[in-house]
Amino acid sequence: MSTSRTADPPPDTLSVGVKPERDGRSRRSRPHRRTWRRALRRDWQLYSLAILPLLFFAIFRYLPMLGNVIAFRRYQAGGALLGEYWVGLHYFKLFWSDPTFWQVFTNTLIIGGLTLLFCFPAPIILALLLNEVRVRWMKRAVQTISYMPHFLSIVVVAGIVLDMVALDGVVNQALKAVGQDTVAFIQEPGWFRTIYVSSEMWQTVGWGTILYLAALTTIDQNLYEAARVDGASRWRQTWHVTLPGIRPTMVTLLILNIGSFMAVGFEKVLLLYNPLTYSTADVISTYLYRVGVQGGSFSYAAAIGLFEAVIGLTLVLSANAISRRTVGTSLW
Amino acid sequence: MVSVVAKTSRPRGIRPTRGYRVFQAVNGVVLTVIVVVTLIPFANIIARSFSAEGPIRAGEVSLWPKGFNLTTYGRVMTDSLFWTNYRNTVVYTVVATAIAMVMTTCYAYVLSKKHLKGRGVLVGIAVFTMFFNGGLIPNYVLVNSLGMRNTIWAIVVPNAINVFNLLVMKAFFESLPTELEEAAAVDGMNTYRTFLWIVLPLSKAVLATMVLFYAVSFWNSWFSAFLYMDRQDLFPVTVYLRNMIVGATTGSDNSSSSDFALQVGANIRAVTVVLTALPIMLIYPFIQRYFVSGVMLGSVKG
Repeated sequence: MSTSRTADPPPDTLSVGVKPERDGRSRRSRPHRRTWRRALRRDWQLYSLAILPLLFFAIFRYLPMLGNVIAFRRYQAGGALLGEYWVGLHYFKLFWSDPTFWQVFTNTLIIGGLTLLFCFPAPIILALLLNEVRVRWMKRAVQTISYMPHFLSIVVVAGIVLDMVALDGVVNQALKAVGQDTVAFIQEPGWFRTIYVSSEMWQTVGWGTILYLAALTTIDQNLYEAARVDGASRWRQTWHVTLPGIRPTMVTLLILNIGSFMAVGFEKVLLLYNPLTYSTADVISTYLYRVGVQGGSFSYAAAIGLFEAVIGLTLVLSANAISRRTVGTSLW
Repeated sequence: MVSVVAKTSRPRGIRPTRGYRVFQAVNGVVLTVIVVVTLIPFANIIARSFSAEGPIRAGEVSLWPKGFNLTTYGRVMTDSLFWTNYRNTVVYTVVATAIAMVMTTCYAYVLSKKHLKGRGVLVGIAVFTMFFNGGLIPNYVLVNSLGMRNTIWAIVVPNAINVFNLLVMKAFFESLPTELEEAAAVDGMNTYRTFLWIVLPLSKAVLATMVLFYAVSFWNSWFSAFLYMDRQDLFPVTVYLRNMIVGATTGSDNSSSSDFALQVGANIRAVTVVLTALPIMLIYPFIQRYFVSGVMLGSVKG
């Protein structure tokens, strides 16, 4: 997914919502203005195709960003849309001293970290294994089957998971078969992360191999030849040729994973958790959903959401910058 | 990129072929285990859906049905609410996919024109939203205040452009040869006609891929509907299933107005899971390669 590695300016410097047709700065110099006018006259039909999409981005992507001002204002149900009056950082201080917030913050970091630790390397390993398969149909079959869970709705996945870990489910049947006591997994806080990460792995590992398999085919076969001539074993070939060959893909996907680190599978947690497992399962996004949408404390929840989004953006920007300096791969 | 070349000075020699054969055998076993582990959940839910309630509750159903019967399928399929919600899913998917396709195709075409002034800004506007979004609460307030609650638009409009799909299409349009469009321009065709009659017919493969991407994601989505729909007869089937599942887990947040199915049988739940996933699983073998090609197209440096 290195699609966004374009030569475009870093998006954070954009003047949001300014349409190219009405570039205010262009008034400074006449020639500049004239090129805009010429571009408009020549390409107005192209620009017109962009109007609806730009309206979409303005209303449904950028307006909500501005809507975060309610995090700094007091919002009352039925009152003014963007709140009644300014309260400054009141809501930020409020959640800063809220022990529940720190608990869900920790949970988010742990679940996000575990997901990254297990679900990021797994497709790489599977792709390397698949790459060694010399029997065509076998490779095909493994790919087809391992991609399947990716196409399931998260609700279906939750339904399957809950059935499997239920008291009458297959996992407990297996426990009984080896003489262990049954466990009410879904009510045990200690088991939530295991359930979450393993179901995530089940759903994503196969699909994640696609990009790596594609990258593997682009590696120059002469490099393997040269390595063999130098007497490198298969292990060393993998280590010195294959892995460097797929490194750009690995780094790109790692950066993207880090970017979604804070937003850990909100929908899946929402479907799988229950009050008994809040102590380990509740993450920032589910907490702000309960406080905001269910509890109606819009300003408080918006403050938490803004905090989360800013951390997410900071993470992806710094991961990108670090990777550009160290390995020379970056998203843009 | 591929800068490191093996440079071992120790003459360790090529590994004996026997070692490699052992590796191949182990690899085969590992991959077989992975395949089996992937399939077990599917087998389990299908077995449950064909089983009687008694054996399921007794924990006897694992990979093969016990007390085989089709009556549960009959019961779910005669539930009128299930069909209403199933039909809603179809309608939402079709309308949302159509609108998303128009929006995405138009914008991707504009972004693919390298000579266009302000193109960088237009791309940036889209890409930035991949990494930063307004968050749940402002979106929720916005959709509600636009009066889209309890309408199909709450599901369709806020998800009209997926930036990843947009970039895939942009990459595809950029890969098209420019000569055809230039020839069309010389013939006096305007941009709209060139786009409709020259570019789109050349892009059937990528258009099909995008339709599938969108259709599957709308078919599977549940959260927008869960958030913005209050009436049962407006739910998509995923929300129908969600209410069943959450009703089944002990003491979940049953705050929504829709927990009609607090104590449904485990086999009914299994049947609903199977029926919800069925259409996509049925066409999956045929659409798989389109998806794979779409993902690969997206990875092309845009």
